[in-house]
Amino acid sequence: MGIEEKLPSGFLLTTVESAAGWVRKSSLFPATFGLACCAIEMMTTGAGRYDLARFGMEVFRASPRQSDLMIVAGRVSQKMAPVLRQVYDQMANPKWVISMGVCASSGGMFNNYAIVQGVDHIVPVDIYLPGCPPRPEMLLDAIIKLHEKIQAEPLGVNKLRAQELAEELALDATPTSEMRGLLR
Amino acid sequence: MANNPGTAAPFEEAGSRETTEGRVFTVTGGDWGEVVDAVAQADDERIIVNMGPQHPSTHGVLRLILEIDGETVTEARCGIGYLHTGIEKNMEFRSWVQGTTFVTRMDYLTPLFNETAYCLAVEKLLGITEQVPDRATVIRVMMMELNRITSHLVALATGGMEIGSTTLMIYGFRDRELILDIFELVTGLRMNHAYVRPGGLAQDLPPGAVDQIREAVKLFRSRMHEYDKLATGNPIFKARLVDVGFLDLAGCLALGATGPILRATGLPQDLRKTDPYCGYENYEFDVAVADTADSYGRFLIRLEEMRQSLRIVEQCLDRLAPGPVMVGDKKIAWPAQLAVGPDGMGNSLDHIREIMGTSMEALIHHFKLVTEGFRVPVGQAYTAVESPKGELGVHVVSDGGTRPYRVHFRDPSFTNLQSMAAMCEGGQVADVIVAVAGIDPVMGGVDR
Repeated sequence: MGIEEKLPSGFLLTTVESAAGWVRKSSLFPATFGLACCAIEMMTTGAGRYDLARFGMEVFRASPRQSDLMIVAGRVSQKMAPVLRQVYDQMANPKWVISMGVCASSGGMFNNYAIVQGVDHIVPVDIYLPGCPPRPEMLLDAIIKLHEKIQAEPLGVNKLRAQELAEELALDATPTSEMRGLLR
Repeated sequence: MANNPGTAAPFEEAGSRETTEGRVFTVTGGDWGEVVDAVAQADDERIIVNMGPQHPSTHGVLRLILEIDGETVTEARCGIGYLHTGIEKNMEFRSWVQGTTFVTRMDYLTPLFNETAYCLAVEKLLGITEQVPDRATVIRVMMMELNRITSHLVALATGGMEIGSTTLMIYGFRDRELILDIFELVTGLRMNHAYVRPGGLAQDLPPGAVDQIREAVKLFRSRMHEYDKLATGNPIFKARLVDVGFLDLAGCLALGATGPILRATGLPQDLRKTDPYCGYENYEFDVAVADTADSYGRFLIRLEEMRQSLRIVEQCLDRLAPGPVMVGDKKIAWPAQLAVGPDGMGNSLDHIREIMGTSMEALIHHFKLVTEGFRVPVGQAYTAVESPKGELGVHVVSDGGTRPYRVHFRDPSFTNLQSMAAMCEGGQVADVIVAVAGIDPVMGGVDR
């Protein structure tokens, strides 16, 4: 938490918000968190044809301390879950998570004893990316969408306000157990 | 940061506890200096380091437990299971055809080998090995050999990346794309194809595939010399690989190592020659061997095997004769031909029209076969294929039902990985990376 979080609401804060968002999105350092098949597609995205360097993020950092994006690429087993959480905790704020592939997003086809049914049981996820595995273009699309999200991210009082609003909306939303008539 | 061992609580950040093995530190962040200080006070340089499971140089989620004395590795052990997916168990609750969808995700760099090995075993149990159409077998061989190239390319690429040769990685992934384009054209997917099915293939080659494969083979062959130029004679590359990860023939046989590790000792053991399947005895190719028994020899073998695979692919293309790609038995073959419909790939509209409009028997048959699946006679079968990593074996047991009773895979990565300790102990820490890259374990195959 730096000084940008302490600014008063108003013109100054919004200016700093857009400047910080622009800087943050323009050099996003992903952590190498390859787990399974998706990791190969993630590496492909970083290699020649798809060239993640175009978005200023070809440097996959080996250390979580130097990275601010975790791309959870692949199925997360019960044994891997605490490791994943520790890597996430070691990353410095601000940080974001892309859940790459259906296995990371929801357990996918592996609905069994071994696989965590969605990495959002362990860490907060910003972007869910479906596919088994997602094509590199899909990963690029997810990354660009995340860039937009980072650009629009509020700071300071605006952040608190956004969090409160999100909580209110969540409380008002119909619980899944009471949703009726959606499946036909 | 506090970095003074003289103060009252020097290990405040690094939690430590006394065990029978000595003091164990739990390093969580920012306290490395203190751990180093504490180790410096100890009377020996012995330290146990956990490398992985989240480490850029361990091929995914392999955990290496290294006991190091200075720079020397005195003991090395593997920690596996971080990618255990329960695939074999899941298959017991799915039909025989659905099994291919699971096996293709085991060793995700050799999906077509997993599928073919599994399907060969199921066909053996069904007793239809002879009835699988020639065209299907030829396409299987061709796809497997293309897959061998992609697997070896990833082995070279990641191996190069781990020793700091980023160019090798970029080259490897560039050429892999060539072949992935073919896979996408033929199977519809870049990875995890589920293309090989018990009894044949999911679908025939699409129009234009043969020409594209010929072009790709030509282009890839013209690029092969780049790897030689970049790596084979490169003094830095050789300095890292030569005499590293040594494992001789006796060691390989004792540990059950197969594939490039075994062939690097000079023994031309290749199931395609010694125990042919899918008609490999009719193809002309050489088994690549080396006599160095080290990582460099394994690297050379992988390069040579890619060249040989290109030869086999070309022979397959010449041999392709028109015909069916699925057994004629309607109790096994999928009832509908896949076709491109308005919503992408799916069952052909003609077939839908027939079963919905005219033939109730066909509808019942389709429904039974798709939802329940076919029955496989009681018994068990073992088949093995030569995957890029070594002998990939499948043991299939049927209790006569529509689902496997048990399917077990002898994955070469798993067996080869146990040679890690023999290769690494007594060497330098930096050589562990090279040795593991030479084994080329894929954790999806190890843990399943």
